[in-house]
Amino acid sequence: MSEILSLHQVTFSYTPEVAESRNAVDDVNFAIQEGEWIAIVGHNGSGKSTIAKLMNGLLFPQQGEVRILGKPLNEDNLWQSRSQMGMVFQNPDNQFVGATVQDDVAFALENNGIPFEEMVTRVHQALAQVNMSDFMNHEPHHLSGGQKQRVAIAGALALKPKLLILDEATSMLDPQGRMEVLQTVQALRAEIGLTVISITHDLEEAMLANRVLFMNDGKKFAEGLPSEIFSLGDKLVELGLDLPFAWKLSKLLQQEGVPLLGQHITEEELVNDLWTSNFNK
Amino acid sequence: MMEKMIFGRFLPGDSPIHKLDPRSKLIFVFAFIVIVFLANNVVTYAMLLTFTLLIVLVSRIRLYFLINGLKPVLFLMVFTFLIHIFMTKGGAEVFHWKSITIYEDGIRQGIFISTRFLVLVFMTSILTLTTSPISITDGIEVLLNPLKKIKVPVHELALMMSISLRFIPTLMDETDKIMKAQMARGSDLSSGPIGERIKAVVPLLVPLFVSAFKRAEDLATAMEVRGYRGGEGRTRYRQLKWDMSDTFALVLLAVMAIILFYYRG
Repeated sequence: MSEILSLHQVTFSYTPEVAESRNAVDDVNFAIQEGEWIAIVGHNGSGKSTIAKLMNGLLFPQQGEVRILGKPLNEDNLWQSRSQMGMVFQNPDNQFVGATVQDDVAFALENNGIPFEEMVTRVHQALAQVNMSDFMNHEPHHLSGGQKQRVAIAGALALKPKLLILDEATSMLDPQGRMEVLQTVQALRAEIGLTVISITHDLEEAMLANRVLFMNDGKKFAEGLPSEIFSLGDKLVELGLDLPFAWKLSKLLQQEGVPLLGQHITEEELVNDLWTSNFNK
Repeated sequence: MMEKMIFGRFLPGDSPIHKLDPRSKLIFVFAFIVIVFLANNVVTYAMLLTFTLLIVLVSRIRLYFLINGLKPVLFLMVFTFLIHIFMTKGGAEVFHWKSITIYEDGIRQGIFISTRFLVLVFMTSILTLTTSPISITDGIEVLLNPLKKIKVPVHELALMMSISLRFIPTLMDETDKIMKAQMARGSDLSSGPIGERIKAVVPLLVPLFVSAFKRAEDLATAMEVRGYRGGEGRTRYRQLKWDMSDTFALVLLAVMAIILFYYRG
């Protein structure tokens, strides 16, 4: 496994000229290996979106460096690096550039000067990967939020990136749209081994990751397996995160004296435990 | 309602006119506007009208849509017709009552001018009815390409146009939402004296502008991340194809112009 992206002692402030101002990102280190799914969680203002902007060169850190495929990100390799990572933003409407689905998927290809014949195959391929081939000629206002986000993913995939960054990509969607998007990402990981960074405050989404980075006040507060992060329990709630529903329910049931074993992150785990709980007596 | 105004215009179809390249259609319509002024007698106006109706027939667009397009200029048509009837003097007297005299020339000129309006409106309507707005944008971009030499930002203008077209429905939805939100707070948008109604629009426009700027910023970020850095070195996904039929359409128009030139008085 090789390293895809890493941050080395990265510090960033939006107002560096004000001496006493707090850094939006403060001395953050982490590395992401090929094929991993990392979730970066934290409440609003914890610096997680700033990290996203630092990763693709929308912002440059005042201290430290961001390395893409082992090379430090700078002005010279900025565009080259950006073509290696796809990014999906929060608002499905505000990132849809093309007049129709296929035009939007082709947008990044056009920008990178890909010849026409190659574009056609890549657009078809990318749309097939997110299961949106039937919507090729649809206009954005006839699509649901989840469909628009899948088109945005296809737009990123068309460039064959090494890394997909989801910046709160599911936070404006309804539960069904959120599921569509997350299932698409999971399928892509299985299919092409895509490396994924999802920046989110939804812990159910974070559960799907291999590793979770927990940001608080611009600093890395904790890092580990989803279950390790969840075992911080009330600490998470204190720092403004909402625990998964299954987790909260399991806890409340245990308080009411239902004999459950341990902690449950997913609904499935909880259900499995619930229907055998009587045997534990 | 507003959606109908803008989007009722393009009618997808597969007539030969629909299939023409937007470039040839744009050139055709602009050349036609010039050619219309060649006509100056009964024969030439009759030819123009027949030519236009033939094209309507080929485009397979229902006359209803074309007549709909006529509505905004109907007043102008009737007005100029009446002016000509009452003001143009010459030829035999047709009608006389007190101080009003109508001459043969007046009637003829009136009919000519109305016909001119009619064919112009029909022709331009056919362009917008058979060509999607995005194709028209593509056509304009390619046709204006030579202007890049004198530093006209053709690519940027075309991109601005296509993004505006893309965001019209989004902003319409937004307006609708804001309108409902303000109505729910008791603002009255549809009654009262005109001054009041204009004032009631302000609480609509302010949030709309704020959100439009927010969207613009998001879009710019998304475009940058997706590698957009101006028109330089960009390839095009939308390809325009110039067929034999496009050449044929323009040749047809040239022939028409020559005939009109020959028969004009």
